[in-house]
Amino acid sequence: MSMSVTVRVAPIRRRPASWPALLWTAPALCFYALFALFPLLVAVYLSFTNWNGIAQAVWIGPANWLHFFSDPLTLHAIGLTVEMMILTWVLQTPLSLLLGVFMAGQQRYRAVLSVFYFLPLLFSTVAIGITWVSILDPNFGLINVALRALGLSSWARGWLGDPGLAFYVVAIVIAWQFIPFHSLLYMTGARQIPRELYDVAEIDGAGRLRKFFAITLPQLKYTIITSSIFMLTGSLTYFDLIWVMTGGGPGYATRILPLHMYITAFMDEQVGYGSVIALVLAISGIALSLLLLRVTGFLRMSSQLEGL
Amino acid sequence: MQQRRLSRRDFLQTTGAVSLAALLSGCFGVGGQSGGGGSAQSIVVWDISTGNDQKLIQDITAKFNQTHPSIHATVQFFQNDPYKQKLQVAMGAHQPPDIFFGWGGGILKSYIDAGDVYDLTPDLNADPAWRDRFLPSSLGAATFNGHIYGIPNDGVQPVVFLYNKDIFAKYKLSIPQTWGDLLNLVKTVRQQGLQPIALGGASKWTYLMYEMYLVDRLGGPQVFDAIMANQPNAWSNPVIIKANTMIQDLVAAGAFGSGFASVSYDTGQASALLYTGKAAMHLMGTWDFGTILNDDPSFIQQGKLGWFPFPAVEGGIGDPSNLTGVPCNYYSVAKTSKAIQACVTYLKDAVLNDEAVDRRIALGEIPPVQGIENKLSSAPHSDWLLFVYRLVQKAVHFQLAWDQALPPQPAQALLANLDQLFLRQISPQQFSANMNQTIGT
Repeated sequence: MSMSVTVRVAPIRRRPASWPALLWTAPALCFYALFALFPLLVAVYLSFTNWNGIAQAVWIGPANWLHFFSDPLTLHAIGLTVEMMILTWVLQTPLSLLLGVFMAGQQRYRAVLSVFYFLPLLFSTVAIGITWVSILDPNFGLINVALRALGLSSWARGWLGDPGLAFYVVAIVIAWQFIPFHSLLYMTGARQIPRELYDVAEIDGAGRLRKFFAITLPQLKYTIITSSIFMLTGSLTYFDLIWVMTGGGPGYATRILPLHMYITAFMDEQVGYGSVIALVLAISGIALSLLLLRVTGFLRMSSQLEGL
Repeated sequence: MQQRRLSRRDFLQTTGAVSLAALLSGCFGVGGQSGGGGSAQSIVVWDISTGNDQKLIQDITAKFNQTHPSIHATVQFFQNDPYKQKLQVAMGAHQPPDIFFGWGGGILKSYIDAGDVYDLTPDLNADPAWRDRFLPSSLGAATFNGHIYGIPNDGVQPVVFLYNKDIFAKYKLSIPQTWGDLLNLVKTVRQQGLQPIALGGASKWTYLMYEMYLVDRLGGPQVFDAIMANQPNAWSNPVIIKANTMIQDLVAAGAFGSGFASVSYDTGQASALLYTGKAAMHLMGTWDFGTILNDDPSFIQQGKLGWFPFPAVEGGIGDPSNLTGVPCNYYSVAKTSKAIQACVTYLKDAVLNDEAVDRRIALGEIPPVQGIENKLSSAPHSDWLLFVYRLVQKAVHFQLAWDQALPPQPAQALLANLDQLFLRQISPQQFSANMNQTIGT
């Protein structure tokens, strides 16, 4: 008598969500619908209206959208935003990477230094902005006072009042604020890299630089992607620090798109047109992160530890 | 004590976090304001006073409630910067309080246009003693088409030149009577290696003071009236081109130093330039007296602070007695109020009544009320108070700050374009072209 054992493998199929599951997700879904989807839809509606926030909203069709692509102020703001994205990435990535890898070391002095590096992360943005405005003040600020004391009066500037300079000064302060966050990402990333890789490399005679470029950097690929997505989409939402430091000025020198949106909607009281800018920002943010995920192969999440 | 004046008209500098938070709280904080039942009619007043001013209003209101058993007034106080947005949201929802604090000008006009503000003219005309109590130039910013929508509730704050008497004495300088005098003064001070005039350009509205005075001195109030009346190309008026050319000449002469665009008025840096002796003069609203008194009392106590009105401009047709600044702040009555007559009674009996006037003078304020010279001359700093009071009394026209008078969008564009004008990034002609585009929007 032979017994045949049939192993039946249940086909994996998606079961329709059962009602308790729906029930458990309901609060989150409601919250999302109420505070994300609903306002988004309202913004879409408002983008086709002329509304000052008080009187009746008037339907004006696609006029706001057409205006968006021809408004010199908006085009200028888009240009600045792209510039800010590039500048942010170029300023912050190398520094965060180096700091992060440095802090990943277990030496005691590094832990102490890390505490100082992380400090800016703990301050409120508004406090950071106000502090930097004082430091950069042309007459009483620390930087110019120090420059004058060192006999470098000709280097003293109206840092935030010079239209050619303010944008870069702001970008540097933003970097100062956010580099700790990104270093933290790189630090944890670097600590995940198996020790063996370095040991093997050392046996093969690799030096410090070689180890960094051949092991650390490739192993941190996904950390770099994550951090870059944060930086690039983040620069689409920079608002508070610039607002406190320059209010978008002097002139329009630092009015990037998020500020332009706020000023248009809430100060110029053109809520309809402001909604267009807000929607463009939201769409660009989503598109940008999807694009980055796809281009970089982040979604495939292939292992980097094969063979270990 | 006068700390709130620092950012009185300066909504632009609101920190993002604060205003966003205010917006949110505005969204949730509105509603349920209209008074409940009971025998007394309840009225709710929104105000932004702080410190001693707030105490004054609370005391006056408490007394009012005692003497008017049929009315119960409650005053709610908000912070200056978030308040504007809170009011905006409440108005948008057509749920304003019974009486609201405001600055007159374009914002009040937008509420009037939306049909939300009660016209006080009939009540004022029915009681001439009440109407004539106020200095005429102080009602201007709340008057539209001859109708009055607001009652002055605090002090007048024109813009004047403040100067450092030590510097003037040291270099034997005299007070400029004309624009030409001022230019010479600038040159002399510059030669001494000092900054002639302090300017807090980072606050942007500070630029406006030069623009408003020069345009008024050169062409009179009608130049700006044409802009308010939405006349096409009103910004291209030769008077405005000339005023802006004069401004750029002043900047080029080094009147403001080189870093003025990053000096903030709101953080007290511009005022500090004057009392630390780094700058000789400062064109600013009279609230700056309170700022200096707060930041460096000895500067005033030792008699180092001097003042003079904006000089006449050679060949200009504007009246040199004209003023610009903040004519006054106002209380307006919401049309939705269920107790409009109670509100009018409150405005008449509690706002700037004799006791309020006395107490405001004691706080260094100058209520726009007729015949208070005697009270002013016995108050501390009476020379200063009388100087300002007489300026306002004499003024043929008191121009509300343009950024308050204009609707929000042109007002914002004006400040940004002034910023570029002072930095000489744009020419006076470009300024006019840019501003013409905002007319009628």
